[in-house]
Amino acid sequence: MFADFNIFIIGVGGQGIGLLSEAVIRAAYCAGLQAKGVDTHGLAQRGGTVTSQIRLGSKAFSPLIQEGSADIVIALERHEALRGMNSHLKNGGDLVFYDAVWQPLDVRLMQTKETQNETIKAECKRREINYHRVFKDDLKNSKMQNVVVLGYIAKHNLIPGISKDNYLQAIKDLLTGTLLDQNLKVFEQ
Amino acid sequence: MKKLPEILLSKEKTQEIMMGNWGLVRAMVEANVRVVTSYPGSPTPEIATAIAQIPKAERPFYFEFSVNEKVATEVAFGASINGHLSCVFFKSVGLNVAADSLVQLGLMELIGGMVIILGDDPGANSSQNEQDNRHFAKMAYIPIFEPSTPTEAYQMFKEAAALSQEKKMPVFLRLTTHVCHYKELIKFDAWNKKELDPNPKFDAKNGPYIPITTTVFPLKRKALKKLDEVADYSDKTTVNFIKDNGNNDVGIITMGLPYYSLLDVMQEMKVQPDILKLGMIYPLPKQKIIDFLKNHKEVKILEELDDIIERDVKMIAFENKIDVEISGKSDLLDWENEYTPDKVKEVLRKQWSQFFAPAIPKDNKKPKLTPRPAQMCPGCGHRSAFHAIRKAINKNVITVGDIGCHTLGFLPPYNIGEALLSMGHSNGTAAGLSLFNTKRKVISFLGDSTFFHAGLPGIINAIFNNHNHTLIIMENGTTAMTGHQDHPAVGKNFNEVSDKIPILNMLKGMGVTNIRSVDTYQQAKLTQAVKDALAEDGFNVIIAKHPCMLKFMRELTKKKLGTPPKVHVTAKCNKTYECISVFACPSYQVNPDGSIWVQEDLCIGDGSCKQTCPTQAIESKAKEEK
Repeated sequence: MFADFNIFIIGVGGQGIGLLSEAVIRAAYCAGLQAKGVDTHGLAQRGGTVTSQIRLGSKAFSPLIQEGSADIVIALERHEALRGMNSHLKNGGDLVFYDAVWQPLDVRLMQTKETQNETIKAECKRREINYHRVFKDDLKNSKMQNVVVLGYIAKHNLIPGISKDNYLQAIKDLLTGTLLDQNLKVFEQ
Repeated sequence: MKKLPEILLSKEKTQEIMMGNWGLVRAMVEANVRVVTSYPGSPTPEIATAIAQIPKAERPFYFEFSVNEKVATEVAFGASINGHLSCVFFKSVGLNVAADSLVQLGLMELIGGMVIILGDDPGANSSQNEQDNRHFAKMAYIPIFEPSTPTEAYQMFKEAAALSQEKKMPVFLRLTTHVCHYKELIKFDAWNKKELDPNPKFDAKNGPYIPITTTVFPLKRKALKKLDEVADYSDKTTVNFIKDNGNNDVGIITMGLPYYSLLDVMQEMKVQPDILKLGMIYPLPKQKIIDFLKNHKEVKILEELDDIIERDVKMIAFENKIDVEISGKSDLLDWENEYTPDKVKEVLRKQWSQFFAPAIPKDNKKPKLTPRPAQMCPGCGHRSAFHAIRKAINKNVITVGDIGCHTLGFLPPYNIGEALLSMGHSNGTAAGLSLFNTKRKVISFLGDSTFFHAGLPGIINAIFNNHNHTLIIMENGTTAMTGHQDHPAVGKNFNEVSDKIPILNMLKGMGVTNIRSVDTYQQAKLTQAVKDALAEDGFNVIIAKHPCMLKFMRELTKKKLGTPPKVHVTAKCNKTYECISVFACPSYQVNPDGSIWVQEDLCIGDGSCKQTCPTQAIESKAKEEK
């Protein structure tokens, strides 16, 4: 199907990158794909940029993705969407991002402007990247933005070889009780 | 998916997707390790996270977070010379703390065996340097394994444990950050559980264990002899292997995660060099290296961080008069940062541009973006502290930071903490800064876990030598930065309730007479305390206390106690931007029109911001909207 498929996940510490990444890698295994991944941990968690990289396929050796060679960038915040796109997304790839805004320090200090959606859209057009903005107006719990994005990816089949059932299995593997029920509900919407 | 403890304790063969750090715990179980110790530090603390998931009664080994890496090493040593297989793990710079005892271990007859897991940090992801701990292996006569993947980490731990038990010597297992956190499917062997032998095996005759004057020489000879034996093993073991691409001209010697970076990059190379992949990097497999050098005209050493293997390989070639072109690092850039696939490509391109297609020109049209540095969390007591301290001091005051979440105070807008060396350095450094200095006051900072770890000698020195500076202890009740491990003032350890050792009592006991204790949310009070302290001569201490709010909020959620209402900005706001530009809680965001809004995904409703607004425009919402 493919020699390798690279998934670059990016967000801000505290947004639930860990669960999202774990769900994708587990879903890949459920689908019978070879998968490996690595998260950034430690200092970066404190409100800084966090990334998780997942590589699928038999020709993916290191868990680390080369710059400009991610097939898909999944972001949970608007600035980080642009960051991930700038550093890792290949031209012609997919950008999926939840349009939350957590302004970086310099924006809050009013030394630089907030990144606007129009900028991202224009850049996607310039680089022939498929633009997928995800936003759910009525989402009560911001901790589930990650699962909203996962639901979108499943619905639109953005990762080849991983089906909706695979994602569902992964979520069921990772969560239990009411948390599982709530997340499944959000995933299915 | 089975629960983690079921996998870690399975008697049968099993498999699971997990990170390298977790796989190591399964390896400890299978190797029948009896005592494990550590001090938390990235990239290794997730080893303890996995251990913590096994209920204490079912844990096949004893585990503790010791007060620092040196004590952790000593506890593991004591267990080993009593006959128990032991293991200690810590981060790269943790080895510096452990070093005083660690360098002795090679001289000792470790009858139970002992494995030392190092979490090195090329790329300085969460450390103050990129130190290459392979240097210590040579200095301390300790063999060192270096895995590339979680599977290798798991396998090599068992290999290291067996070697350590056989030779009764310490063995290093060196992982780097992205091997620790690398996730893949690991296939585990069965566990042949060995019952605990509770008989103490310590016997001074196994030693001697007192290395002093002339007894050092036979001990050293014995250590070197063991290393010679391990060198034979290194030549035989399959952890050092050749990936034969049938290339008689070009070869590459590499190790660790850079091996897989290389495999990625080779997919783009016109020439496929043979590879000698090293899993044991000290002592080196000499014969394998000789053969590899003889079989190629040109050999490149692809080595992350320092040029340790490069020098050894060049020496082997020289001693054996091998006619081969050997290259290693080509410039200073080759010494820095992690050897990711991108970095390896850059390094190899410098050597062999002809093997690559021309580089694609850089796309200069990408939109610019500001970086997002790590921040103190919303509600963090340290933010209130820095905000209050800033009001008490001018730029003339010198502030010395230390390791911990409060290190982040160096960032704008606080700019507090202007020098940093290591855990607990602040009071020594501050004392030095105060000498011949009557014009600029000096403030040192220290976290509470660091107070116990390495902070005490600097404080005692300040008392002992009548130094002249103010220490502010940032007490948040936990070891926050590495994931909320308990410390001696908390009242519980990894395993059970333990007697609290209050910092205030310790300071009093040491004879510090001038101590002020303030909750950091009482910002005005803290500002005054700092002003008062700086007006005095001599050494004094302020304990700036507030519980870690990240931990606190998690506990509230866990106990389903509900969370306080979030704040909002009312019409009273006249845009002085104190909340945004001076207090700088990440929850406060600015609209293009200059108005301020509260990002409710971030706000925890702590309300510590309210007192910072000169027009009292920050209020809690009436009640939490569900």
